[in-house]
Amino acid sequence: MANAVTRTPHAQPHARPNPMSYMLGLKCRECGRRYPKEVVFVCEYCFGSVEVDYDYDAIRRSFTKASLAARPKSLWRYRELLPIEGEPTVGLTSGFTPFFRADRLAQALGVKELYIKDDSVSHPTLSFKDRVVSVALTRAKELGFDTVACASTGNLANSVSAHAAKAGLKRYIFTPSDLEMGKVVASLIYQPTLVAVDGTYDEVNRLCAEIGAKYPWAFVNINIRPYYAEGSKTYGYEIAEQLGWRIPQHIVIPAAGGSLITKIAKAFKELALLGFVEGKSPKLYCAQAMGCAPIANTIKERADIVKPVKPNTIAKSLAIGNPADGYYATKAVLGSGGWADSASDDEIIDAMKLLAATEGVFTETAGGVTLAVAKKLIEQGKLPKDESIVVCITGNGLKTQEPLLNRLGQPTRIKPTLASFESNLGDKLSGGPAR
Amino acid sequence: MAVTVRIPTPLQRLTNGQGEVQCEGKTVTELLADLERRHPGIKERICDQDGKLRRFVNVFVNEEDIRFLQGDQTAVKDGDDVSIIPAIAGG
Repeated sequence: MANAVTRTPHAQPHARPNPMSYMLGLKCRECGRRYPKEVVFVCEYCFGSVEVDYDYDAIRRSFTKASLAARPKSLWRYRELLPIEGEPTVGLTSGFTPFFRADRLAQALGVKELYIKDDSVSHPTLSFKDRVVSVALTRAKELGFDTVACASTGNLANSVSAHAAKAGLKRYIFTPSDLEMGKVVASLIYQPTLVAVDGTYDEVNRLCAEIGAKYPWAFVNINIRPYYAEGSKTYGYEIAEQLGWRIPQHIVIPAAGGSLITKIAKAFKELALLGFVEGKSPKLYCAQAMGCAPIANTIKERADIVKPVKPNTIAKSLAIGNPADGYYATKAVLGSGGWADSASDDEIIDAMKLLAATEGVFTETAGGVTLAVAKKLIEQGKLPKDESIVVCITGNGLKTQEPLLNRLGQPTRIKPTLASFESNLGDKLSGGPAR
Repeated sequence: MAVTVRIPTPLQRLTNGQGEVQCEGKTVTELLADLERRHPGIKERICDQDGKLRRFVNVFVNEEDIRFLQGDQTAVKDGDDVSIIPAIAGG
């Protein structure tokens, strides 16, 4: 049975409040009940999820544009807005990934101003999960845990494995047993206890809730989720900062559990509250795979209830059929004036190839979903062609090679002679021989 | 024989600390009504003011989410296992 509320394993009830902490506590997103900043992840009363509440007046005093200039280029430059009490201890080199104007892709899509926020090269595990894990493990250490765990569709498995190795924490990783080999290898190399469960991600997640109730571990995306999820805000802060503290008009975001959408929305709200940005909030767009689109479907139907689905898609990192943040993601998207759509497996692969061929970025299937949906929304007129658009690329293609294996053609194989080179390449040769 | 209902930790105060209780009913709705009779106060925690299951409460009958079955009209019978579980965020 899911243990909804557990306390810290080595809590220090009489510890002096830390002057570096800007966290006031935790608060239920549904009924507003307040909880101490411990290991609480759902409201004891109404089962709503709880979220970190900050002292924004205190944050305003130390978090300024001038102070940011001297800070390291990592996600921890936004430390006041992250839920830790002392100094960061995990993921000191994660975050602050490339953000760039994508003119060749823009031309292919027929739009004027297009940007890529590229977490496919996140350090160290090549996905945006390095952000949430850096925050979760720093907080887990503060809360006295010596063991961390997660339920994952792959990227989180890689990131928890790597960061926990460097932090010297014991690590248990649970995934569906049908993951791509790249994601399995990129977890095993860090020597976690990797458990491959014969079931869907949703079944893995439910199992982990039961395990988490029995073992005193920090399950990053379950019992310390309120802290973990805040790490995703840094993706939004970076978009704003790297755009010169401007707000893009449209952001297309992939969705699995739906948390990233809600946290990007929160990031822009916080930056506006703190006076870092001015103007209209960005419109947010949800991208899912057709084979697992519970949130996109809810948005398109403007419904209140997210109906769970049984996933069937090559975009395994987005294959969450019962997204717990789906309701909030739907509200964030519709509230921003955005929209949603889903992409077929073929459209996902075509989009992966398009991104690589135009911008030199090899994204995983989830990135293919995001770009394929962006393309669709542009074609539908939902995304205006003359306004600024950011496409969120959150993972690396080296991890999900299987769906591409028979879709990219073969290398041209030749003998080590000039004659073989010219006879085999023939009409592929351009420019003619040098004079 | 009756239906076994597994109770989430925050609600176990209302079931004298028991993680599993026995209830009767032909559907999930009837089962929850019987649960309320035996453990007064529990229904308002699981259901909203209109008597519908709260958005963040998932109910499973024999390991299957009732949203894939007939919702709160899903049939239950003696010997079934019903779990009440808070929505678990993943990703």
